Formats: sequence, structure tokens, C-alpha cells
Amino acid sequence: MKIPLIYNIRSVLHRPTTSLATALGIAFVVLTFVGMLALANGFRSAMISTGRPDNVMLLRQGADSEISSGISREHASIVRSLPEVAKLSDGRPIASADAYVVVAKPRLDGSETHMPVRGVSPEVFELRDEVRIIEGRSFEPGRAEVIVGRGLVGRMADVEIGATIRFGQQDFTVVGHFEADGSVFESEVWGDAETLMAAFRGPVFQSVTVRLADPEAFDALVARIEADPRLQLQAKREPDFFAGQAQFLGTMLEFIAFFVTIVMSIGAVFGAINTMDAMVAARAREISVLQTLGFQRRSVMASFLAEAVVIALAGGALGCLLALPINGIQTSTVNWQSFGEVTFAFRVSPKILLQGMIFAGIMGLVGGFLPARRAAKQGLAAGMRRG
Amino acid sequence: MPLVEVRDVRKVYRRDTVEVPVLDGLNLDIEQGEFLALMGPSGSGKSTLLNLLAGLDSPTSGSIRVGGEEISSMKPKRLAAWRARHVGFVFQMYNLIPVLTALQNVELPLLLTPLNKKQRREHAETALRIVGLEERMHHFPRQLSGGQEQRVAIARAIVTDPTLILADEPTGDLDAKSAEEILDLLGRLNAEYGKTIVMVTHDPHAAERAGRTLHLEKGVLVGDGARPVAAGAGAVSGAGAGAGAAGGEEGAR
Amino acid sequence: MTRATLVRANLGRHKRRTILTVLGLGIALFLFVTLQTFLHTLRSIGDIGSETHLVVTNKLGIVFPLPMAYRARLQAMEGVESVGYASWFGGIYQDPSNFFANFAVDPEYLAMYPEIVVSPEHREAFMADRTGAIVGVRLMERFGWQVGQTVTLQGTIYPGNHDFTIRGVYSAGRKGFDETSLFFHHRYLEEIARNQGMDGVVGWYVLKVTDPNQAAAIAQAVDEAYENSASPTRAQTEKAFNLSFIGMYGNIGFFLNAIGMAVVFAILMVSANTMAMSARERFSEIAVLKTLGFTDGDVLRIVVAEAAWIVGLGLALGLGGAVLLFNVMDFDMGGFAPGLSVSPGVALGAFGIGLLIATASAAIPAMQAARLKVTDALRYVA
Ligand SMILES: Nc1ncnc2c1ncn2[C@@H]1O[C@H](COP(=O)(O)OP(=O)(O)OP(=O)(O)O)[C@@H](O)[C@H]1O
Ligand SMILES: [Mg+2]
Repeated sequence: MKIPLIYNIRSVLHRPTTSLATALGIAFVVLTFVGMLALANGFRSAMISTGRPDNVMLLRQGADSEISSGISREHASIVRSLPEVAKLSDGRPIASADAYVVVAKPRLDGSETHMPVRGVSPEVFELRDEVRIIEGRSFEPGRAEVIVGRGLVGRMADVEIGATIRFGQQDFTVVGHFEADGSVFESEVWGDAETLMAAFRGPVFQSVTVRLADPEAFDALVARIEADPRLQLQAKREPDFFAGQAQFLGTMLEFIAFFVTIVMSIGAVFGAINTMDAMVAARAREISVLQTLGFQRRSVMASFLAEAVVIALAGGALGCLLALPINGIQTSTVNWQSFGEVTFAFRVSPKILLQGMIFAGIMGLVGGFLPARRAAKQGLAAGMRRG
Repeated sequence: MPLVEVRDVRKVYRRDTVEVPVLDGLNLDIEQGEFLALMGPSGSGKSTLLNLLAGLDSPTSGSIRVGGEEISSMKPKRLAAWRARHVGFVFQMYNLIPVLTALQNVELPLLLTPLNKKQRREHAETALRIVGLEERMHHFPRQLSGGQEQRVAIARAIVTDPTLILADEPTGDLDAKSAEEILDLLGRLNAEYGKTIVMVTHDPHAAERAGRTLHLEKGVLVGDGARPVAAGAGAVSGAGAGAGAAGGEEGAR
Repeated sequence: MTRATLVRANLGRHKRRTILTVLGLGIALFLFVTLQTFLHTLRSIGDIGSETHLVVTNKLGIVFPLPMAYRARLQAMEGVESVGYASWFGGIYQDPSNFFANFAVDPEYLAMYPEIVVSPEHREAFMADRTGAIVGVRLMERFGWQVGQTVTLQGTIYPGNHDFTIRGVYSAGRKGFDETSLFFHHRYLEEIARNQGMDGVVGWYVLKVTDPNQAAAIAQAVDEAYENSASPTRAQTEKAFNLSFIGMYGNIGFFLNAIGMAVVFAILMVSANTMAMSARERFSEIAVLKTLGFTDGDVLRIVVAEAAWIVGLGLALGLGGAVLLFNVMDFDMGGFAPGLSVSPGVALGAFGIGLLIATASAAIPAMQAARLKVTDALRYVA
């Protein structure tokens, strides 16, 4: 026969401080777990949500990031005119040859970072249609104007509309702010490629991104580029490229998250074992009574396990609740793979919350196992002998 | 001069707003070497009185003098030191420390004395020998029977050679045979070693072992008329009647 | 028997509980020390930077090169003892996941870093080989490389495969200095770059100044000299350069720290609760002790001694474990965080937390015990 769960819930409530301390311990572990995964998730999703799958990004063969890449003007125009590239009604290719650099600039907090600056072709707003001006206007080709992704606004110096940013020997005016569905583009400064190239490295692009006329034509495009002896380029779908750039930092953040939480959960489980042991000891008489009433050892064990899980889940729920406010908090760092500043927010997803709850449940089960077994093993006499 | 002089002691417990007088102008004299039994219905205040004598609690008003010292007004710290020196307490539930052996339990109060390690051990062994448990020295409480546990508790109570041994229903939790052994032991401590003992009991048979029995009723003591029996040092005179006690206390004569 | 016997007996009362509490505390303190050491080491990278070295980079940022022609003029500047230069090569060994740092350096650069310890024979062999390389001892271990072996790096900035012959192994002359890099001749890089039209530039210059007090002035003089050139410079002490690099991590460290501390705090609370619970269960025994004549102070000392033992063992385990792991065994998290070493400050912090937890876990039961009326406690048990 089963011992009703309400019995356990009452027992938990009967020892509020002890139960609370245990639950809080688990809550903090879950909070950490959720918080750290939310950080890693926020970073990854900023990177992964970048780009459209029917956009193809081309870098020089061997380059592992835009920074290390270089594509000549001549090669860029060959790529633009490939037949797999989609065209606008007026015949211009939907493509952008980007001049990408990272420039040392201070954050508002005084620390220095590498601000990504991307020079783009006029067709870029067709190519990357997630980019929308939210304030001000877009830059005009040929003029020393830039627009700033909203991730940088409020985090970097001199990015408000009307401000001047100096690149090399040239001053650029910020004329607008843009958003891009939370992608890494929001951490970038955009301007006209030709104007920016003049200020930076001279006439060399770092990447060319083209829209496929037919989304299925990726392989055809790759084959054509490989067949062309002039082009020493590698092609990746745009989202794949940016996801790849998240690999190192994302993995590192997840590693730290798991390392810290696993170590801490061991501590929390020890705490849970202690509390449950104390509960079992304090209720020796009660357990005997239950057994006298005819409850089986298995039921006693299940009952105490259930109790541990109840405490743990309560703690887990509290931890998840405490983690909710960190959702959306912005932070930034330099992603060493792309060498540029990335702004991203903590992202608490339902999946992470569920993982947190499962984690709490496991802590309860593991922490409750030994005490529950002790309770079940305890003979009738033990409880009757002395209260 | 009597060893213990209790004068006009009142003890009032406060429950919420209601005041419950438990002891109400109580007077009591106990002579050196006496074996006194305290009886009375449950809730009559026997334990309360015993706790006052042990210096575990202080009276609401009145005075308690033991060996000429006024204990009712002592500061907690001095009182603790006084207890360590003068009182041996025996509980109904033995109250041994479960993680210490019999010997260690007996040695415990000696930690508060200036005795050195060797002397402490010798004293404890002697006390255990007196209660007849020298064989069980290294047993833990749970390895002993109830009667044996109580004998260890008595050894703990006498090991410091206290002025007073106070026992609150020491046989209350024991079977008849074990109870008999404990009573024999207390009798012997009184007769052979001249210990002054105050024992609370519900058992008239147990009370018979004492030299004098007093009944506690409605906050005051009522004598049972039994003649005090000279014990050990042979204090013959009974407890003196308290002067002018409300309700009139009839001490044994 | 002594009072210590009583304390020991109490600790042995619930062996499992005592052990788990000690382990739990040990784990929490270990994590605390590890996190703090990690952050502390990161921050202290700035301190490693020398005050007599100036790093000159392109004003636009480290990814922009400087003309090689600057060398002569820098060398001629007043107060400059020597000039070295280096470039980031960014080569990949077999797979991007095998990442390690590889630089092209000129002989002057190597001479500026006494921390890069190479035997004279190795140095000589390296100097004699156009494609020679000097490799950190940890990197050698990581890939099982041998001196004399040729390794091929895939260029990311400089396309193609490039061969290097390992001619020497270096070890760090100071704890915390990196031992996982590969250095090769800048002249070899120029050969490679020339074929690709990227020659004539260097990544950054390092100036050794004769007087560290003049460093700021020299840095300013350098920057002024190139202010209106096509490649303006930014000169700063190596220390400042390192610090600005660390600053790029942003407040990620802060978040990790905050989150880590939250959990450390949680476990400490759980441990404190357990210890308080142990004391609470023994109120009747404490009452007995008080009946026997033990004062509140005596009881406090016993409770504190128990807490001190548990915390002390936890500290020994957590702090001792971390010191053993990082300071003695030089554990580097699989190459991920070399040079970790528990600093006295961090150790002191762990002690402080230990003290706090011991106080907190002893104070509550001790206070309750002091307030405990013996008569009430005895009524409750008897
Ligand atoms: N701390 C206290 N607070 C309030 N009331 C108390 C307290 N201690 C004792 N009393 C009350 O005082 C009265 C006497 O209690 P006491 O324990 O002295 O009785 P007793 O004679 O020893 O009874 P028993 O034979 O059952 O042990 C009882 O009514 C009890 O409820
Ligand atoms: Mg009583």
C-alpha cells in the first residue's frame, strides 16, 4: 500500500527551518545552473540567430574568421555575378562585399574592447532583411556616415546619433541605430564599404555574402566556386558561419556552467542527505508506527524518497523563479574567434528551466536515497525503544 | 542549623495572562544526613521544588539557604559553579550522554573540578564501584539496562561528593526489581555515606525507604506523621516548622 | 577524559552527517578558492606586464599591422634601448580545436623576454634554421612533439600549409608565464608574406626603455611621431597593454563570480543548518550539562569547538585541495587555464568564510542553549 503524499508534505511543513534550508540550498544550485546556462544560451542564440540559411558567406580559403580573410575587389565581383545569386528586379545581385575590421574603442565603463565595424554594399538591406533602422536614418554611400547596432548603444562611447567616431585619420558621423533580431549584427557598426575601406585596410574585402536564387542551390554554388581556378574561396551558409564563430566561447561558458553546478550539486546533495537523515531519525517512532500499521518497507522508502523530491522540487521551483529576473540582462565580451565585441543577453528559456527542475529532482532522489533506505531498514523495535 | 532552609518560597508560573501559583509560601528544613521523600499528586509542584533546591530555577519570592548560603539570589554563573560543587541530580529518564561510556558519563561533572586527569578517572571508578557497575565501565548507555543506566546516573550524581543528592522519580521508569536496587542503593548512600537525599516519588513503597516523607498539596507541605529515622550521621530532629507559613505547615515531629 | 573527548564523541555521534558536512564544506570552499584563483590570476596578468617594455600597436587596434619601416626610427628614439617586433601568425595545427598561439618574432624580441628560457644549444640551433621554431614545453607535451620534428601549420591569415622545424623548447622563467606558444623567425614570415603581397609589416613592436620612469614620455613621443602618418601608433606599457586585453572580457568574470558566490553561500548555509540542527537535537543533553554545573560559557566552548573542527576539516580539504592541485601539481584545466596559483589573499578569504560559517553555525545553537531554561528542557525530556 502507498503512503499518501500529503503525509510527506505535512512532514516537510512541520520542520520549516530545516526543510527551508535544504530547499534553499537546492534553489541556489538551480539558480546558478539556470543563470549560467542562460548566459551560454544568450551568447549562442545571438550567434545562431545571425543570418538566413539561403545566404551564403564566402571567405578566403583557410581563413577561420572574417578578420583573417581577404578577398580582392576583382574576386568579389566575380562572385556577385555568379548565376546562382539572386537578382533584384533591376538586375543588381542581392549580395554584399563586406569590409570587416575590429577597432580598439572604449566601453562606457572605461574598459577597452574591439568594436566590430562592417563596411557593406548598398544591397545589404535586401540581403539581410532582418536589419531595420530603429532611429535616425541609414548611411549614404560615399559619405562618412555610419549606423550603429542597438547592442552597442548604451555600452560604448560615442555611438549616439550625431556623435563622431574617428577611424584612423577620418571622422564618421553616427546617423542611425539599427536592430537585427538579436543577432551579432546588433553589436556592429555599419557603413559604406568603399568609404570604410579607404579609412582602414585599403581595397580588400573580408567576406562576400550572396543570396541564393534557389535555396537548394548551395551545392551548385560551391561546386562552381571550386571549379573556378581564380577563386580561392570557402563557402558556408551564413548561420553556419556565425554559429561556428560561437563554438569556443559557447563551449567554454557551458563548461564552466557544468563544472560549477556539478561540483555545487554534490554539496547540495550532501546537505539533503543530512537533512533527510535527521528527519528519519526524528521520526523513528513514526516510521515504526507506519510499519506496525502494515505499511511495507518499500512504501516507507518510497515515501521518504518522495519527501526528498518534494523538498528538492520546491527548491528547484524557487531557484527557477529567482532566475527569471536575470532574463534579458545585457552583457558583452570579446569573442576571440571573431575578435570583436559581442553584446548578448541572459536568455532563460523554458528548456533551461525544465533542465533546472529535472536537475533539482535528481538531487532530491540522490539525496533522499540513503536516508530513505535507512528509514526502510529500521526495524520496528528501533523506533519503539526510545523516542 | 539545618542543612537546607526553605523560607516562604513562592513559585508562580505565568501562562499567558494567568498566574499559576505552584508553591505558595512553602517552608522546609532538611537536616544533614537526612533521607527525605517528597510525595504528592501529579502537578503539585514536586519537581518545581526539587529544581529550586538544585538551583536550576529561582523562586518568585522567599529564600533558600543551603549550608548557610543563600542560593535564590545567586547569579547564573555562580549558581552553576555552586551546582557543580553541591548538587548531584538524578533524573527519571537517567539522561546519560549517549555518546559517552559509563565511565565518561560519570567523569563528566569532574571536568568542572580542579582534579587532574588521573584523579578524575579514579574518582569515577570509585563511584561506579559504589553503584556496583565497575564491570560495565566501558559500556555505552544503550548497552545497559534501564536499572544499570540509572545506577550510572547515580554514580554521576555522587562522584563530586555533593552536599545534596536530589532525585526526581528515580524509579519511575523502572521495573520493580530494578527499582528495588535503586532504592537499596540510595538507602546505602544515605546510611553508609551519610548523604543527604531528597527523592521525589509517586510510590508509597519507595517512600517507606526514606527517613521522612512529606506530601506536597496545594503548594504547601503536609507531613505524614512518620518518625524521622536517624540515618548515617544521625540527624534526629525533623524539619522545623516554618514560622508563620500561610496555610500552616505541619512538619514531622 | 577531557572536554576534547566530549567534542570528539559528539562529532562521532552521526558519523555520516559529520563526514558529509565536512565534505560539503570542503567542496564549497574548494570551488570558492578555484573561482577566486581563476579570476585573480586573470587580473594579475596585468601585474606580469613589465614597466620597462612599451608595446606599440596600430592605433586602430591590434589586428591592424604597422610598417616594418618604423623599426629604424623607433630604435633611434631617445631612451629606447632595443626594439623587437612580432606578428600573429594564426596557424592551425591539423584541426581548429587544436588552437595554440603561434607568433613570428625577431631575435631582439626573444632577447627581451628573459622569461622565455631556452638552452644555449637550442637557441643556437634555432638561430641557424630559417624555418626553425621554439615551442613551449607544455605544447610539446600536448602533442607529443620531439625536437627536430617538422610540424605543418595551416595558415589562416597567410593561406597555404607552412612547415616549421622544432629546434628548441622553452620553459617559463616565472610561474604563470605561458608555456604553450610557438615562436618562429619573423624573416620566414616575411618570405611567406612576400608571395602573398602582405610583406613589409609587423604586428606590433616592443620597445625596451632604459628608464621605466621615462616610459610614459617615450610612449607619447612615439605616438606623436606617427600621429599624422598613414598608420598612427598607440604605445603603452606592457602592463597597460595586458590590462586592456583582460578588460575585453568585459564583466563576464563578474557574472561568473556572482553566480559562483551565490552557490558557495548556499552550501555554507546548508552546512550551517546541519550544524545547528545537530546542536538542536541535543538540547536535552545541554540541559543535563547545565544541571551538572556547566556554565553557558562552557556549553558555548563545546559547541564552538565542534563547529571549529568541522569547518577546520572542511578548510583543510577545500583550501588544501586547491593549493595541492594548483600550486603543487600545477593543474591547468587541460591547458585551459595555465599558471593558476592560490594566492595568500584568496586563502585568507577562504579562512574568513570558514570563520564566518563556524561563527554562524555555532552562534545560533549556543545562543539558544544559553537562553534554554534547564527546567523547561528537562520537563520536555523527562
Ligand atoms: N515552566 C513552567 N511553565 C508553566 N507552568 C509550569 C512550568 N513548570 C511547571 N509548571 C506547572 O507547575 C505545576 C507543577 O509542576 P511540577 O512539574 O512541579 O509537578 P510535579 O509535582 O512534579 O508533577 P509530576 O508528578 O507529574 O511530575 C504544574 O501544574 C505544571 O503545569
Ligand atoms: Mg515531576
